[in-house]
Amino acid sequence: MAFKVLNPGLLTTVQDLGRPGYFHLGIPMSGAMDRYALRAANLLVGNPEGAAALEAVFMGPQLEFEVDATVAVTGADLPARVDGEPHPAWTAFPVRAGQVLSFDYLKGGARAYIAISGGIDTPPALGSRSTYIIGALGGYHGRALAAGDMVPLGPPRAVQHGTEVPEALRRTVGKSAELRVLPGLYWRLITEEAGRNFFEDSWKVAPEADRMGYRFRGGRPFSFEPREQPFGAGSNPSNIVDACYPYGSIQVPGGTEPIVLHRDAVSGGGYFTLGAVVSADMDLIGQMQPHTTVRFVKVDMEQALAARADEAQRLARLREALA
Amino acid sequence: MHTRYSYGGDEHIFVEMDEEMSLEAFFKSMSITNAVRAARIEGITEICPANGSFQIKFDPDRIAPDALMSRLQSLEQAAEKADKRLDTRIIEVPVFYRDPWTTETLMRFRERHQDPQSTDLEYAARMNGYDTVEQFIHAHHAAPWFVSMVGFVAGLPFLYQLVERSRQIQVPKYLRPRTDTPKHTIGHGGCFGCVYSVRGAGGYQMFGITPMPIYDPTQKVSYLHEFMVFFRPGDIVKWKPIDREEYDAITADVAANRYEPRIRKVTFDLDGFNADIDGTNQRLMETLHGV
Repeated sequence: MAFKVLNPGLLTTVQDLGRPGYFHLGIPMSGAMDRYALRAANLLVGNPEGAAALEAVFMGPQLEFEVDATVAVTGADLPARVDGEPHPAWTAFPVRAGQVLSFDYLKGGARAYIAISGGIDTPPALGSRSTYIIGALGGYHGRALAAGDMVPLGPPRAVQHGTEVPEALRRTVGKSAELRVLPGLYWRLITEEAGRNFFEDSWKVAPEADRMGYRFRGGRPFSFEPREQPFGAGSNPSNIVDACYPYGSIQVPGGTEPIVLHRDAVSGGGYFTLGAVVSADMDLIGQMQPHTTVRFVKVDMEQALAARADEAQRLARLREALA
Repeated sequence: MHTRYSYGGDEHIFVEMDEEMSLEAFFKSMSITNAVRAARIEGITEICPANGSFQIKFDPDRIAPDALMSRLQSLEQAAEKADKRLDTRIIEVPVFYRDPWTTETLMRFRERHQDPQSTDLEYAARMNGYDTVEQFIHAHHAAPWFVSMVGFVAGLPFLYQLVERSRQIQVPKYLRPRTDTPKHTIGHGGCFGCVYSVRGAGGYQMFGITPMPIYDPTQKVSYLHEFMVFFRPGDIVKWKPIDREEYDAITADVAANRYEPRIRKVTFDLDGFNADIDGTNQRLMETLHGV
């Protein structure tokens, strides 16, 4: 039971919900950047929510199936075709042995999740099938898919074709987005004015946006409170003694372009961080294309937890709809 | 030392012992993280120690952020009284200084360097007041180093030189990070040394390369069978300078999977070290070489 990769697309990797527990050794959790979309795709095809699926960035792969399977595509708006016949997104559809799954051009979002009944059955590494490319760990031989790969599938469960996620429970990202930020960490190193500017300015997603982190440009440069650099930190005012980086934390090397760390985050380094994007908005980042306009919105812990509760509610409704 | 606590979003708490790096900050951080681990607090999912700070990842659905914050603060006082002593190991790591691979790489990225006319070693020697690169290399490997953090990317150790602060090597990082660094490069930035565990981007100055693998996701290397990451915080490292011939010999041994690094058990006592740095290092060397 497998499918053959005829064309891998731009960067298609195996991802599940990740491998927490090894960040203290520099191994990030990895896993789907849009976890909600991964869960939805899996539920549609009768898989456990955290089964391994494909994450395709900007461009879909071309896959030839060896066996009959049920497939669902969620996340980015990347129209699917089976032997040329179009199939709707956020909906389970059948693919027969010998048929080819392909995709049209991207219409919106950044990352599509392609779940296949039975789930992808590559060997788990440290408890997860997620691909961490820099560390050559997990996924398909620790790397992105390439033409000719035969990707193994697990045994499928019975599932109904045509099951779909209700419109209200599908998330898409438009030309602009807001990211909620809890200020903290090394916030004290920047001036009050720089802190104000950060939330006032409008930023754009830079082309350097990947699984490790998203870079933003277009806002005013940061100014720093005067201080003598502490021993071991390095000479630039944006330098600190190398410390841990939270997922979602925002660093501004040299005080110019903020970077938000994501699922393949570096676990630490020598740049100050000014706070972190709240957990509820992390999925959203994974769907932002370069040039998306972004405003950072200041929140407190109470608001961050409320946003988290809203996300949990949405997931509960999704599970109910697909039960 | 002044401890700072902060939330990192709604899933992390970050605790910094001190703004500046010191072994005291490392040991205090280690004592608190040990206490946190022993307390088995419901809702904590990861404990990540860094040089002079640490980070806790938690699930706010299982423990309220302010409740966890108070628990951590209550553990700080007890941790301050903990022994500054560590049962650990010393490892000899062979280094081929001025190797052709890091030399080729540093030449490729010269326009990102403070001093495009020098090599990284020439620049670092001058910045630290050494007349020759040979003298600088000797200072680099003469005393042992302490692994004060593992991270950045998978299995990369940050190393702190076990000498008086006035003798510690300090070098700025590249002006703009390189997009490439050979795997196993021995680097240095600020006061920290490192070994690049994988090939990739990097901003530390490059001094040499080791033939000894320190990260193996396939776990085929004999001493990485049990776990794919070699280094742990608290490990002590002694660089051993080698030439091209030795480098090639070790590389062949690694390929044949018969290379075993020299490792000895040691106890490191911070107060003892501070009281007699050269004497402590002398004893570490004697343990390493079985004198």
